[in-house]
Amino acid sequence: MDYEILRLIWWALLGILLIGFAVMDGFDFGTGILLPFVARSDIERRVVINSVGPTWEGNQVWLILGAGAIFAAWPTLYAAAFSGFYLAMFLLLAALILRPVGFKFRSKFQSTGMRTFWDYALFVGGLVPALIFGVAFGNLFVGVPYGFDSDLRFHEEITLFSLLNPFALLTGLVSVAMHVLHGATWVSLKAEGKPGARARAIIPWAALVFVILFVAAGAWVMQLSGYKITGVIDHNGPSNPTLKTVVLVAGGWFDNYKAVPLLWLAPLVAALGALLAVVLRGKPLLAWVSSALVPVGTIATAGLALFPFFLPSTSYPDQSLTVWDASSSKLTLEIMLVCVIIFLPIVLIYTAWVYRIMRGQVKAETILSDSNANY
Amino acid sequence: MDIVELSRLQFAATALYHFLFVPLTLGLSILLGIMETVYVMTGKTIWRDLTKFWGTLFGINFVMGVATGITMEFQFGTNWAYYSHYVGDIFGAPLAIEGLMAFFLEATFIGIFFFGWNRMSKVGHLVITWGLAIGSNLSALWILIANGWMQYPVGSRFNVDTMRMEVSNFAEVLFNPVAQAKFVHTVSAGYVVGAVFVLAISALYLLRGKHVVLAKRSMTVAAGFGLAASLSVVVLGDESGYTAGQNQKMKVAAIEAEWDTQAAPASFTLIGIPDMKTHTTKYEVKIPYALGLIATRSTDQEVPGINNLVEIAKTRIKNGMIAYDALAKIKVDRNNAALRTTLDAHVKDLGYALLLKRVRSDVQNATPQQIDAAAASTVPNVPVLFWSFRFMVGLGFYFIALFAVAFWLSAKRQLDTHRWFLRAAFWTLPLPWIAAELGWIVAEYGRQPWIIEGVLPTSLAVSGTAAGNVMFSLAGFIVFYSTLLVADIYLLVKYIKLGPDATLGHKVEENLVAAE
Repeated sequence: MDYEILRLIWWALLGILLIGFAVMDGFDFGTGILLPFVARSDIERRVVINSVGPTWEGNQVWLILGAGAIFAAWPTLYAAAFSGFYLAMFLLLAALILRPVGFKFRSKFQSTGMRTFWDYALFVGGLVPALIFGVAFGNLFVGVPYGFDSDLRFHEEITLFSLLNPFALLTGLVSVAMHVLHGATWVSLKAEGKPGARARAIIPWAALVFVILFVAAGAWVMQLSGYKITGVIDHNGPSNPTLKTVVLVAGGWFDNYKAVPLLWLAPLVAALGALLAVVLRGKPLLAWVSSALVPVGTIATAGLALFPFFLPSTSYPDQSLTVWDASSSKLTLEIMLVCVIIFLPIVLIYTAWVYRIMRGQVKAETILSDSNANY
Repeated sequence: MDIVELSRLQFAATALYHFLFVPLTLGLSILLGIMETVYVMTGKTIWRDLTKFWGTLFGINFVMGVATGITMEFQFGTNWAYYSHYVGDIFGAPLAIEGLMAFFLEATFIGIFFFGWNRMSKVGHLVITWGLAIGSNLSALWILIANGWMQYPVGSRFNVDTMRMEVSNFAEVLFNPVAQAKFVHTVSAGYVVGAVFVLAISALYLLRGKHVVLAKRSMTVAAGFGLAASLSVVVLGDESGYTAGQNQKMKVAAIEAEWDTQAAPASFTLIGIPDMKTHTTKYEVKIPYALGLIATRSTDQEVPGINNLVEIAKTRIKNGMIAYDALAKIKVDRNNAALRTTLDAHVKDLGYALLLKRVRSDVQNATPQQIDAAAASTVPNVPVLFWSFRFMVGLGFYFIALFAVAFWLSAKRQLDTHRWFLRAAFWTLPLPWIAAELGWIVAEYGRQPWIIEGVLPTSLAVSGTAAGNVMFSLAGFIVFYSTLLVADIYLLVKYIKLGPDATLGHKVEENLVAAE
């Protein structure tokens, strides 16, 4: 297989893994954000926490796998993004560290104070990652200041403050709204009684906020400069980001959409998913499937606009990381592709089996009857 | 402190934390599998209760492993960006496969382990428990394949067009002898941790005359499993020593404080006080032949000493400078075939030339003094390695003795009759963790100054981020992890004190056969 085709496949796989993460772990984050609002008494909170209790841990592996896949398939991007977004990554890690412990420890403590503390830890553990992922995506459109020296050592002038620019904050909120919506359809599906009903009432509001912010972000992108590779690009060339030239084009992030109008399906799927989640909220499973379309459409929208760029550089645009110059060697991409083809279907099969075992609503009496096993 | 020291400190701190939880997960997951297998085969509910009680403690420990593990994966990118660029093509793959093949299995099944008891058949749940154990152990396999490559970088070559190492033979990376030896040694160490954990807490119950039914059975399982594991950890540790002897000669020489090459077969320095300044060891007590036998498995091969290895390093640095010179010229003259041929001929020593980067960027022009200093810097901290290794091995032999006694008492059905033994078993509780952390220090601190042995010096591998960022996150992680560790230990102690009856909400009784 051509190096070029492998790079395209791995670009698509990166998108699929990020979507897998946003769909599967996304509702866990949303549930965490909603926890203090849809559940008020201790037992209501336990119902909501246990609605994701048996499965959040497996869901989080989508993130671990996503990061691992970037490391293996896009090592230059991994090095640049993870060290460049240093403090944002630290905040993300801090939030992600709180979550596993929060789930497990919360109900093992007896005091109300400790339980309330862990409830808010779970809230932060849902809100901060949702926000940071959105902010990170926003900065891909704006670009960040970085470059490489002749040893391909990455250097940057990125600060946490510069990452929190207005456009990125807007996309951060898009992400939060998306996660809240997806969490709300999940709680509405899995939690019996009041928490489920309160979550259902939130669905239309979350969907409305999402669509408004999503469209606003799209309109803002029209004002931004897009990046464009000029001259001949060797799609099979070595992964060295210093060998090309790039120009900035006003409104250029829409070039791919102009060239291939079919791509407009992606934002359409995102908006339609939000709409369907509202319409179908009386049928919770269908509503959840609908809200799962929102991250599918949103991530695809962003990825298709940016292609072939990953991380545009504002200080050295020529050195921006793209699909053609940030990948692993051909052999590594091949090996990893074989692994994904073999193991990802197996993962999907046993994940489906586990969800089948845990099907049905989470009930207060089940939790109280086996307090040790439940969260 | 500069960014290199801060980044190393952060990695050491977070890895040491992570490695408090991982070995227990490795060992306890197998013990849970064994206990539940007995339950499924005999139908006696006591064994289900055993599985559930130890499972509760397992779960509290497991989440800490997850919480500290995420940081490890992200840290290569945040703090070691040049490392990620330079070797990500090889090192990233096993990490990604770990997620795909092992951690997914482990993390998906752990939820069902707790929530699935009443939702599936006995055999179905047993499959989950063993899936959890296999996932945990496969996870260790992939991580140690990645780590083994750092110790012994096989199956790869330098690519001047991408300025990094790239995989040339994945099978060599996969079947790296160092990785294999480290895997079996490390999981065996995890099994010892799991077995000591169960043995020690059961001993405490027996000392207090509580939960006797559960404690005796737990101890029996732990004794047999622990004996096998402690034998394996020492025997396979020896295998580790042998493979290290083949390719990390400096590490072996440092562990033994063997300053100068001895005539074969080399003697083993049992104890002594190594001095880094004078390159001598005071008050040494030696065992003839032993080192030669361990490191070369022969009586006629030499084990090279530190001073001799430093001389070899000098030659390699000079050779590497030729490679570096060609590399610098290729950067401005990309298609010059002659330069590329020169680079290829000397590229295996390029890493040694990079040792000079600490003192100057144009390493091809280094002075003889700078070369001598760089060669001297290939000697790791000898006293630390010397003593860490000796304490680790001493503990290893102690575990064999402890489990042998436990096994013998259990065979004679006298586990609860010798209070001295129960006390010894209880006070052993922290020791396997100390041994495991010491082993980690020998393996990783002993690799210095290399992050990838012979290929990339640690000092070059860091990120370009501000040192203040690393300081801030280091402080953050220490505060965070320490707080969580307190909560973790509090909960473990709480459930150990509560005991199985209160934890499970019913009296744990002898040998009832479960109704289907």
